[in-house]
Amino acid sequence: MSKLLEVKDLKVSFNTYNGEVQAVRGVSFDLNKGETLAIVGESGSGKSVTSTTLMGLLPKPHGFVKSGQILFEGEDLVKKSAKEMQEIRGNDIAMVFQDPMSSLNPTMKVGNQIMEGLIKHQNMNRADAKKKATELLELVGIPQPDVRMNQFPHQFSGGMRQRVVIAIALACNPKLLIADEPTTALDVTIQAQILELMKKVQEETNSALIFITHDLGVVANVADRVAVMYAGKVVEVGTVDDIFYNPKHPYTWGLLGSMPTLDSTDEELYAIPGSPPDLLNPPKGDAFAPRNKFALEIDTVMEPPMFKVSDTHYAATWLLHEDAPKIEPPESVKRRMQGFSKMEGEQ
Amino acid sequence: MFRYILRRLFYMLITLFIIATVTFFLMKMLPGSPLSAEDKLSEEQKAIVLEKYGLNDPVPIQYLRYLGGLVKGDLGVSFAFDNTPVTKILMDRMGPSLQLGFQALLIGSFLGIILGLIAAVFRNGAIDYTSTIFAVLGSSIPNFVFAGLLQYVFAVQLNWFPVALWGGFEYSILPTIALMIFPMATAARFIRTEMVEVLNSNFILTARAKGISETGVVFRHGLRNGLIPLITVLGPMAVSMITGSMVIEQIFAIPGIGEQFVTSVTLNDYPTIMGTTLLFAFLFVVIILIIDLLYGLIDPRIRVSGGNN
Ligand SMILES: Nc1ncnc2c1ncn2[C@@H]1O[C@H](COP(=O)(O)OP(=O)(O)OP(=O)(O)O)[C@@H](O)[C@H]1O
Ligand SMILES: [Mg+2]
Repeated sequence: MSKLLEVKDLKVSFNTYNGEVQAVRGVSFDLNKGETLAIVGESGSGKSVTSTTLMGLLPKPHGFVKSGQILFEGEDLVKKSAKEMQEIRGNDIAMVFQDPMSSLNPTMKVGNQIMEGLIKHQNMNRADAKKKATELLELVGIPQPDVRMNQFPHQFSGGMRQRVVIAIALACNPKLLIADEPTTALDVTIQAQILELMKKVQEETNSALIFITHDLGVVANVADRVAVMYAGKVVEVGTVDDIFYNPKHPYTWGLLGSMPTLDSTDEELYAIPGSPPDLLNPPKGDAFAPRNKFALEIDTVMEPPMFKVSDTHYAATWLLHEDAPKIEPPESVKRRMQGFSKMEGEQ
Repeated sequence: MFRYILRRLFYMLITLFIIATVTFFLMKMLPGSPLSAEDKLSEEQKAIVLEKYGLNDPVPIQYLRYLGGLVKGDLGVSFAFDNTPVTKILMDRMGPSLQLGFQALLIGSFLGIILGLIAAVFRNGAIDYTSTIFAVLGSSIPNFVFAGLLQYVFAVQLNWFPVALWGGFEYSILPTIALMIFPMATAARFIRTEMVEVLNSNFILTARAKGISETGVVFRHGLRNGLIPLITVLGPMAVSMITGSMVIEQIFAIPGIGEQFVTSVTLNDYPTIMGTTLLFAFLFVVIILIIDLLYGLIDPRIRVSGGNN
């Protein structure tokens, strides 16, 4: 398999009145063609900033890439001009946003909003673009697409709007689709439908998918691999199996432990205490140390590097160092890990 | 839609009726009489004149008589201007006022929109600050100051335009500029605020994510959404045209309705005051109706009566 995307030590900051907010502090990951990578992590961990940077849509001028590379099909997107990025956006890389209620232009017909990208990138005339847009609406499961083409966003429900947003993103058959919490704003039944839809279209179009979410439950469902982000860094990355059955980073344990399951009778959810660090002044050493009951002394002094667990699995915690004490995940998290494999077995 | 307009027209009539009533009684409470400026007349002559115009009758009778005329479209005759019917006075003077008002409103809001748009796109830059200062000055300095300044610089000193009076188009330029400062400043400030907000909204991000050009983003997606709320300040801007015209027409000695109104008030010319007030009120309610209809036309979310869906 060949690499579609390689992000190398990406650092993104914002200049604010209070100083430089280091939102992304050295993120690396890669993505194969047709693969799905889930990025999970708490609020403020830099998931959205990473994805807007991939799109070249950082708010200018106060948001900027400090260093690092984003190699897309071998070309560095960081070095591209605004004009060159316009050619890539919506064409090779497309994005689905979190809030469908505000993601569509309220004064433009839905059809026109889908056609825009087609006309821009595929040199289609209006008639062809219209035909293709109607097909796209059909593809994302909107009934009566001919009628719906001429309606305005307020005539659509939240779930239907998100389908439209997905249709817009898919219009030019992007090689990479980024979905930033595409289901968070929707109610549970609609969430499941939208997830099904994303899986379906991804299989049909064979595009790679970066799926950003808070919700680990969703991850097991859609992703091939998972990157766990904390305070602007990837702290653990691996296949879904690696992350769910053999998590190594205490932060990942926390995420898994705080996730409710169907048969969770156990009272003691392993919640992560405290709150994420201030990215204006990121702490020295491991940013997670203050909230980590397994923290070692070295965590307050030196940042852990990425330790290799297996060919697919890496984690940034000193616990993996050969001299570190052998620490097992908390009981509740272990039970959960077993629970996952049980669920898997039943499927 | 048709029924909606009918209903609105009905409310308009009621509004006008109330305004007519209130103005009538307010005016009766004004000190002085239409004849207080005429010292050449003897007491007897004055009595005859008052009798002739029915000003000795009880106020309710006068009121009913006035309403009777109003229904027939008769605004009475002026006391001051040689018994000319008020409708004729208003008709004759309508032209300059309408021309000034429309010129100032159209050019003013157009320039204001451009200014506000540029300020929003280049926000927090030099252009933005300049235009903000201008907008604040423009909406806080009274227009007679501008009028005097314009007259002095461009008519007296530079001699580019006539100082005053009403003739061809060149006579309308200075008063139009003086009158348009307010709508221009208002529109500039308003559009700037709206556009900054619109350009930060999620659907603009969606538009950018499609890879369309920045001009496409600003004009196709931003501007329309920023313009819609401007309709809400069109009302106050139109009102400023009416009040502004009274001052500006006086300063530039333009034979319009505003100037007429001021003169009539000083002369206690009841029928003309009433007529002008009613005309202003009428213009105002019509403007509000048009604005409401426009709103529905421009904003798809308010098109209630489309019938489909
Ligand atoms: N425009 C901005 N200006 C300044 N700081 C910003 C800006 N955008 C994001 N940040 C900061 O960057 C950090 C990461 O934000 P980001 O939106 O990427 O988090 P996230 O992981 O997507 O969170 P969530 O799950 O809530 O969406 C936060 O600390 C945030 O305050
Ligand atoms: Mg986010």
